Amino acid sequence: MKILVCVKQVPDMESRFKVNSEGVWYDEKDLAFKLNEYDEFALEQAVRVKEQLGNTVDITVLSIGPDRVVEAIKKGLAMGGDRGIHIKDDHPWQKDPWQIASVIAAFARDKNFDLVFTGLQSQDRGSAQVGGILAELLGFACATTLVAFELNGDLVTVRQELDGGMCAILKFKLPAVVTCQMGLNTPRYPTLPNIMKARQKELLAFPVTNFIGPKNLAATERMYLPEKKGHGLVLEGDVNEVADRLVGVLKEKTTVLR
Amino acid sequence: MKALLICEYRQGKLLESTYELLAFADVLAAERVMLLVGTEAAAPKFDGKVYLADSGVYGEFNPDLHKRLFLDVVQKEHPDYIVFIHSPYGWDLAPRVAAALKAAQVSEIIGVKEGKFEVPSCNAKLRRLVSPRSAQVVLTIQAGAFSPQGKPAGTPQIEQVSIEAGSSRVEFIGYEAAEKKEVDLAKAEVIVSAGRGVGKKENVEVIAALARALGGELGATRPVVDAGWVEHTRQVGSSGQTVSPKLYVACGISGAIQHIAGMKKSGFIVAINKDKDAPIGEVADVLVVADVMQFIPALLARLKK
Ligand SMILES: Cc1cc2nc3c(=O)[nH]c(=O)nc-3n(C[C@H](O)[C@H](O)[C@H](O)COP(=O)(O)OP(=O)(O)OC[C@H]3O[C@@H](n4cnc5c(N)ncnc54)[C@H](O)[C@@H]3O)c2cc1C
Ligand SMILES: Nc1ncnc2c1ncn2[C@@H]1O[C@H](COP(=O)(O)O)[C@@H](O)[C@H]1O
Repeated sequence: MKILVCVKQVPDMESRFKVNSEGVWYDEKDLAFKLNEYDEFALEQAVRVKEQLGNTVDITVLSIGPDRVVEAIKKGLAMGGDRGIHIKDDHPWQKDPWQIASVIAAFARDKNFDLVFTGLQSQDRGSAQVGGILAELLGFACATTLVAFELNGDLVTVRQELDGGMCAILKFKLPAVVTCQMGLNTPRYPTLPNIMKARQKELLAFPVTNFIGPKNLAATERMYLPEKKGHGLVLEGDVNEVADRLVGVLKEKTTVLR
Repeated sequence: MKALLICEYRQGKLLESTYELLAFADVLAAERVMLLVGTEAAAPKFDGKVYLADSGVYGEFNPDLHKRLFLDVVQKEHPDYIVFIHSPYGWDLAPRVAAALKAAQVSEIIGVKEGKFEVPSCNAKLRRLVSPRSAQVVLTIQAGAFSPQGKPAGTPQIEQVSIEAGSSRVEFIGYEAAEKKEVDLAKAEVIVSAGRGVGKKENVEVIAALARALGGELGATRPVVDAGWVEHTRQVGSSGQTVSPKLYVACGISGAIQHIAGMKKSGFIVAINKDKDAPIGEVADVLVVADVMQFIPALLARLKK
C-alpha cells in the first residue's frame, strides 16, 4: 500500500506577526516555524496504518515550500515516514489552495497512491481546501474532518466530526483522500534513535516548476493586523501586585467574591 | 449578482445557520436562491426560490450525492456565488464543488471590503483581503459573522431537484451523538478553564484549585481534553459546551474562534496569557499578561485570605 502525507510548515501561532514589505503576507523574519498541527494527526494516522499492515506500506511525506520545510519533512520521517519529497518553492503563499492542490496532484497522479492524508486546515491560511480539491483532482473518494479512522482490507470506516461534537460514520473504498481533525489520535514524539534513522531516509527535492499546471484562482490583495478590539483592562508587571489589582477588579465588577 | 445559498439540515431539522447565509447575501447585495437537501416541512422561511432535494432519496449526509445535486442547480441557475457556512459540511463540500467548477474558493469570510473578502489568518492575529479571479466563486462564511436581523419570515417557492442517484462512493452509516454531558457547565456561575498554556497535566490541579476557590467548575479547551488532561465533558467551545457564567477565567488559552464561540456570552471574562497579542484579549474584560503557573498561585494566596 502506498500512502502520501501532505505536510505544511507554519509559523508558531504565539509569534508576534508583522506584515511583509509588499503588504500581502506576513514577514517571515524572526518567526519560528513548525509542523502544521493538523498535519501531525495526518502523519500519526499514516504511521499507525503502517504498524497495522507491516512493511508492505510505504509512506511518502511531501511538502511544498522553501528550504526550511525540510525540517517538517524530517519530523515526518522521524515519526515513521519512509521517504520525503520536497517541492521547492520560495513563495508558496503566492499560490492559492487550488494551485497547491494542483501541484500535489501533478506529483501524485502517476504514482498509484492508495491513501492520501492531509490536515483539516493549515494554521496560517486556515482555508481547509487543499484536501478536498486534491480528492477532486485525483478522482479519489474523500472524507474530511476525521476524528476516527479504521482500515480493513480496502475498506475504510471513519468518524467525521459535525457540529456540536456530533459525528457521522462513513464507509468507503480506497483510493481515498482524508483530512484529519484534532483529536483523531495522539501524535507520537520522534525518539532520538528514530531522528537519527530519519537522516538516512531518502529525501528528494524537485523545483515546483516541474509540477506547475493551472494558474491561481484567487489572490491575497492585502494582509494587515486587525484593529485592536479589546477594550478590556490589561494588567502586567509584578504578579503579586497584579493579583491584588485583579482581586480588586473582581470585587468591584462581579458578585463572585462577595 | 446572484448567490446560491447552501442550507444545512440535520436529523430532520434546518440548522439556524441557514439564516446567516441570507444575511451575508444581503451584504453582497446579491439576488438570493437557496438550496436544501432535506424536507419541505423544514424549508427555510424566505420569500424566494428554494431548490429542494429530498433527503429521503439523497441522504441527509451524503457529500458525494450532495455535490452532484449542487452542480446540477449551479447549471440551472448560473450563480455568481455559491455560499456555504464554514462548518464541517462546508469544509467537506465547498472545495469539491469549487474544484469541479474550477472556481475560486474563499474560506471563512468575516467581512466584505472594497469588493474583496476579508478572512482571518494565523489564529485571527492577522487579516487578509482576498480577491477571486474566476467568474464563479465558492465562499464559506464564518459562523456568527453575519447575523440575521429580525425573525426569519417568508414563504419559499419550492422547486424540486432530482438527479439520477446512482451509486455514491461514500456510504453514510449513521450519526453518533455527542458524549453525554455529565458535568453541566451551563449551570455554573464561575468557570475556570485550562488551555494548552498550562503546560502539562500535573498543572491542571492548580487551575482546578482556582475553580474551587471561586466556587466554580473547571473547564478546558479542546487540545487539553484531547490530550487527556481534563475529561471530555468539561470542554468549552463549538464542539463542546456553550457556557455563560457570571465569571469566566481563561488560563493559557489563545482564544481560537471555536473556543470563543462557547464562552463569549459570559458575564465577566478574565484571561491570563503570557502573549499580550493573544486573540482572547478581544473578548476579555481583563487580560493579565503573565505566566499562569506564576500568577495563579499568587492569586490563590490572596483568595484564601
Ligand atoms: C471543528 C473544530 C472544532 C473545535 N472545537 C473546539 C472547542 O469546542 N473548544 C476548543 O477549545 N477548541 C476547539 N477547537 C480547537 C481550536 O481551534 C483551538 O485549536 C483551541 O481552542 C486552542 O486551544 P488552546 O487555547 O488551549 O491552545 P493554544 O492555541 O495552543 O494556546 C495556548 C495559549 O497559551 C498561552 N501560553 C503558553 N504558555 C503560557 C504560560 N506559561 N502562561 C500563560 N499563557 C501561556 C499562549 O500564549 C497561547 O495563547 C476546534 C477546532 C475545530 C477545527
Ligand atoms: N505547502 C503545502 N505543502 C504540502 N501540503 C500542504 C501545503 N499547504 C497545505 N497542505 C496540506 O493541505 C492541508 C489543508 O491546507 P489548507 O487548505 O491551506 O488549509 C494541510 O493541512 C496540509 O496537509
